Amino acid sequence: MTDRLRGPLPWLIVAALLPLVLGPYHVALFGYIFIAALVTLGIVLLTGVTGLISFGQAAFVGIGAYTTAYLTTTLAMSPWLTLPVAVVLTAGAAAVIGAVTLRMSGHFLAIASLAWGISIYFLVGNLPYFGGFNGLSGIPALTLFGIDLRGETAMYYVILSFLAASIWAVLNLLDSRVGRAIRSIRHGAALAESVGADPARLKIAVFVIAAALAALAGWLYAHHQRFVNPTPFGIHMGIEYLFMAVIGGVSSVWGAVIGALVVTLMKQALEDLLPSLLGQSGNFEIVVFGVLMLLVLQHARQGLWPWLIERTGVRRAPSRVAADPMPAIRAKPEPGEAILRIDRVRKSFGGLAAVDELSFRAEAGRVLGLLGPNGAGKSTMFNLISGVLPVSSGEIRFLDRRIDRERSRVLAAQGMARTFQHVKLVPSMTVLENAALGAHLRGRHGLLRAALRLDRAEEARLLAEAAYQLERVGLFAQRDELAGNLPLGQQRILEIARALASDPVLLLLDEPAAGLRYKEKQALARLLMRLRDDGVTVLLVEHDMDFILGIADRLVVMHYGRKLADGAPREVQANADVQLAYLGAD
Amino acid sequence: MGPIMDLTIFGFLVQDGLTTGAVYILLAVSLVMVFTVTRIVLVPQGEFVAFATLTLAGLERGDAPGLAWLLVAAGVLAFVMDLSAARRRGSRRGIAAAAVLFLAVPAVLAAVALYGIGASTPLAAKIAVTCAMVVALGPILYRVAFQPMAAASPLYLLIAAIALHFVLVGAGLYLFGPEGVRTSPLLDGSTEVLSMPVSVQTLLILAASLGLNLALFAFFGFTLQGKALRATAVNRRGAELVGVSADYAGQLTFALAAAIGALSGVLIGPVTTIYYDSGFLLGLKGFVGAIIGGLAAYPAAAVGALLVGLLEAFSSFWASAYKEVIVFTLIVPVLLWRSLAHVAVEEDHD
Repeated sequence: MTDRLRGPLPWLIVAALLPLVLGPYHVALFGYIFIAALVTLGIVLLTGVTGLISFGQAAFVGIGAYTTAYLTTTLAMSPWLTLPVAVVLTAGAAAVIGAVTLRMSGHFLAIASLAWGISIYFLVGNLPYFGGFNGLSGIPALTLFGIDLRGETAMYYVILSFLAASIWAVLNLLDSRVGRAIRSIRHGAALAESVGADPARLKIAVFVIAAALAALAGWLYAHHQRFVNPTPFGIHMGIEYLFMAVIGGVSSVWGAVIGALVVTLMKQALEDLLPSLLGQSGNFEIVVFGVLMLLVLQHARQGLWPWLIERTGVRRAPSRVAADPMPAIRAKPEPGEAILRIDRVRKSFGGLAAVDELSFRAEAGRVLGLLGPNGAGKSTMFNLISGVLPVSSGEIRFLDRRIDRERSRVLAAQGMARTFQHVKLVPSMTVLENAALGAHLRGRHGLLRAALRLDRAEEARLLAEAAYQLERVGLFAQRDELAGNLPLGQQRILEIARALASDPVLLLLDEPAAGLRYKEKQALARLLMRLRDDGVTVLLVEHDMDFILGIADRLVVMHYGRKLADGAPREVQANADVQLAYLGAD
Repeated sequence: MGPIMDLTIFGFLVQDGLTTGAVYILLAVSLVMVFTVTRIVLVPQGEFVAFATLTLAGLERGDAPGLAWLLVAAGVLAFVMDLSAARRRGSRRGIAAAAVLFLAVPAVLAAVALYGIGASTPLAAKIAVTCAMVVALGPILYRVAFQPMAAASPLYLLIAAIALHFVLVGAGLYLFGPEGVRTSPLLDGSTEVLSMPVSVQTLLILAASLGLNLALFAFFGFTLQGKALRATAVNRRGAELVGVSADYAGQLTFALAAAIGALSGVLIGPVTTIYYDSGFLLGLKGFVGAIIGGLAAYPAAAVGALLVGLLEAFSSFWASAYKEVIVFTLIVPVLLWRSLAHVAVEEDHD
């Protein structure tokens, strides 16, 4: 029984049957609830998935509503023509606002959204073409193939169709190559960059999608209400939309619907109840919402949806993916060929040279260990190679291309893959999805194809590749677990699987053994030796000499930013300078 | 063409802009202070202002001040929360202090406000009681709304701040009603500066704003408590390890913010009509100023706030209907300028 309740289809049928049991007032009300759910759906993408906050979504609803109101009443345009106009206009406004504010850290967007929310409200309210604060009336009802969609029941089905289609598209989008990249953004731009995605562009894209959903909601609102004035598009409503999403559960698409439902119904009830209770008229329901929000934030920051899911015990079905590697995307260099050349590289922070005139090479098919005590400059060197930091002077060449001024995203495209010293995974994605994130650059379908589910063939290949890499590192059995639930040792190994999924020429590992327990270290060492036997080229930064000795073909030892030794592990181990640096003996 | 500008009007507009700008400075500085210490964008800062003006106006009219009831009720809630936290911890430490701060002080202030103020009470006493009540509300609000989630990300704290703003605006409507108020001028008369007539009230606001800014500067620069707050701002956990309690820092910061808000309310009451919901726009304009300063630098925030005041004064002369539009649209070029001037900083959530 619970199995049948799992999918959204039964709920869609329930929603479709609602007008048979509800009176006209409530049918209209549910229409407004579903319109609000469209807006909160955008907020789920924006806030829950991407980690951005906007209090200004109501203003985007307003742009959509006023666009169609003005064009249908003044210019007598068909509403079906004003829909694309409204969406494009709003998306354009969002693209401009997003380009300005999204470069900055999270709260600037939130604050700016308060400002534009207020500004657009007063602007619309004062422009005479839009009827000022009185608004515009006489907006025509929708018609479809000559059928008049006047009346709450017909509009209910129109709204429900648009909502269902939007939810479908958003779910498709999240379950895709681009969707995984979007879901990775809030866990650090460095992660998205390392797999070759462009977090800045994706953020703007998400912001534009959220605005487009709001515009669609506004268009529906205008033709549902058949009258618009500035009030429902003001900053208070913008805040309420965010509250709906947070109360429902901002990290789930279904939370958006639940939040819109709960908040709107509560608001209706409170608007009737409170004034008679308090003996005054006024919008006192905001006190209740404020208190409710504080309680949710303090005690259940995930909102209602995850709480409901827990109660019903719904579980995901195991994925039916089979391991199947994709064809290699690039020719691998001959073993022994120098693929990475570090030439007199220097990096100084102020007066301090963290890396000082360092030169070394990494050869294809070998494991090179970059070793050194804490503070030797290894991590700085790693950041220089991986494109996180620019060099102060000197040259880094990768496959004969100069890369010392390139960003990590570009390096990913050239075949460099990396792991992080502080593990960066998307904890809310499965192990399989996290591994597939690494194959980002091996697919090419974008947002639109993903939303319309035209990317399935490619998606299957990407997941099969991810499954293959999981099998290779020994995590296939855990593929459906959430990455956040894995122990640290397996998280590190998952990062390696993710890196391998990009079909790298060079694998950069940043202190992979740090913080691991003995058994975990052994498992990691076995994996790295297996990869070495497969001919994977690895540059391993490590401070644990014992760990690295059995794995590396060659070691470069750093001390105070300079090269102390360079050679076979046993030679280096015997080197007196190295022993001095490590043991600090006089 | 808009109205004709002449030198007299220009002078009045500058004066007007500086007056409101001086209040925005106070709000901007307070927002920066709260943000740096607690990472909370204190949207309800404006409610401190509005509550102060409305309470003072009520005392002048001889109405029973509704704020007293809010203060006592919120104080009891804060105390209960402290009590249950103490029970969970299994230690009674800090309960006595909480009883004083959340129960005794609000009770005494409420009693004074309800029974101690008459028609013959001097204005200064009414102002003092008003300010004391608003200041006492500060730490209580921190305790109730933010302390249980102080470790959350700034974005969640911002949502909480908005939620608190909703609660306070709704409560304000209930306690003070929908009518706007003005308080009686603190000082009458006018004088001449550069052969322009300038009201003494304006000079008072400017002087108070400047004085308070200097006092804050001295507090953060030279006193131990100020330094402790700055330490919390830099590293919350580190500060806790050396004995600066983050809860204490938060409550102290909110008391300061409430004090600045109360003073702003007293200053702005005679020159602007204040409604129960005026605080939001006042706070946000302080905010635009603070953003010009990048939410971090005190002097830049002050300059920004002054600019907002002047811009508002001049836009209300030329295009009064679009006053808010102009002020709040200003934030877009400001953000653009700041985003171009500063390299985007990597921010990890959770």
